[in-house]
Amino acid sequence: MSGTTLFGLCGAALVGLGLYGLICHPGVLRKILAFNLIGSGVFLLFGVIAKRGGGALAAAGAGVDGDPVPQALVITGLVVAFAATAIAVALLLRLVELGGRDTLEDEAPRRAPPPPGRRS
Amino acid sequence: MSMAPAVDAGLALLILGLGLWIIAARSNFAAVVGFMTYGLMLALVWVRLTAVDVAMTEAALGAGLTGVLLLGAAARLPAEAPGGGPGAGLRVLVAVLCVGVAAALAGVVLSLPEPAPSLAPLVAENLPPTGVKNPVTGVLLAHRAIDTLLETVVLIPALIGVWALAADRAWGARPGALTPRPSSSSLTLLAQVLPPFGILVGVHLVWAGADEPGGKFQGAAVLAAMWVLVVMAGLADLPKVTNRLMRYTLVLGPLVFVAIGLAGIWTAGAFLALPAGYAKPLIVLIEVVLTLSVALMLGLLLAGPPKERA
Repeated sequence: MSGTTLFGLCGAALVGLGLYGLICHPGVLRKILAFNLIGSGVFLLFGVIAKRGGGALAAAGAGVDGDPVPQALVITGLVVAFAATAIAVALLLRLVELGGRDTLEDEAPRRAPPPPGRRS
Repeated sequence: MSMAPAVDAGLALLILGLGLWIIAARSNFAAVVGFMTYGLMLALVWVRLTAVDVAMTEAALGAGLTGVLLLGAAARLPAEAPGGGPGAGLRVLVAVLCVGVAAALAGVVLSLPEPAPSLAPLVAENLPPTGVKNPVTGVLLAHRAIDTLLETVVLIPALIGVWALAADRAWGARPGALTPRPSSSSLTLLAQVLPPFGILVGVHLVWAGADEPGGKFQGAAVLAAMWVLVVMAGLADLPKVTNRLMRYTLVLGPLVFVAIGLAGIWTAGAFLALPAGYAKPLIVLIEVVLTLSVALMLGLLLAGPPKERA
């Protein structure tokens, strides 16, 4: 089995692993980490496709050996993933600041409903 | 190259092991440190996949800046991950489904068409008119410029989203997630010695990115890291979120990109098209102004919403 295929299988496993973490972890920070794991698995699959599609550029003497279009898409994706992670972390920290909890579980202590006649 | 299969197998095992660690570790802190290591190992995999541009982005953004962001978050949370979550039966069910997803993807990887479909010949054919020699830069700024434009523009709503999470009374203050450490001589020394070299490396990455691996995102990430280092050492203060100069710099890059793109309608016949003969200088101009804006955006995304200082 070639190294490229091996990394492709690795990417597939990472997507599965991340999906499990995303669903099963109660902590929001861990969900963010798991989501990034899914993302990097998908990027790795892109990388494998880019590597398989290579050869033409190297033959033309133009630098790297790989399809530059998926590679450029992955670079774009990495920047957007960072921006999304930054927003998710900001939301999490605000949640902790307001409610003192870092989980989305229902059984976490709830505040008493506001008394009638007053808007919360 | 006889070592290559062993290196590949070792890297793949290491990545999977670190992935398991990130999911299974007990403490948040351990998981985040695992994630940073994972990002660096992943950068090595990108080198093995001959995608050096991606490797640099992954190391700088995926491992470096994301790592700092998550470490900062982990420091503000309880050390232990909260308990709870689905029960054992549901977990097994989820695990089976996830293995199914992974197996389906693995099946796709093993049955990819031969010969592989590729846009590489098309890029090789159309690269000379752009004047740049790095095919990835050529794709990012000439062939698929609309993607790059949208991506830099999307960073602005992300920043607005982060700022929108400020408490009402904190609006107008300085971003608060990067509180300076209590002065420590080693951090101060590092923040004084490293930035000149870091800035040089960042500028080089942008300048060399036209012909060699590198480019504005990698350069911008390095520049942002230097800025964050100086702020964390307490040697400089972040600008207030209402600072005009900072806001103009944030939108300068996208605006120049859009202006050149609009000019392309008259000079080259299509939005974002570059007139023949001027492609290379225009690409370099876009890279330079975008680097400034993107570096500022990345740094400010790390710095979080404005917060009142005690």
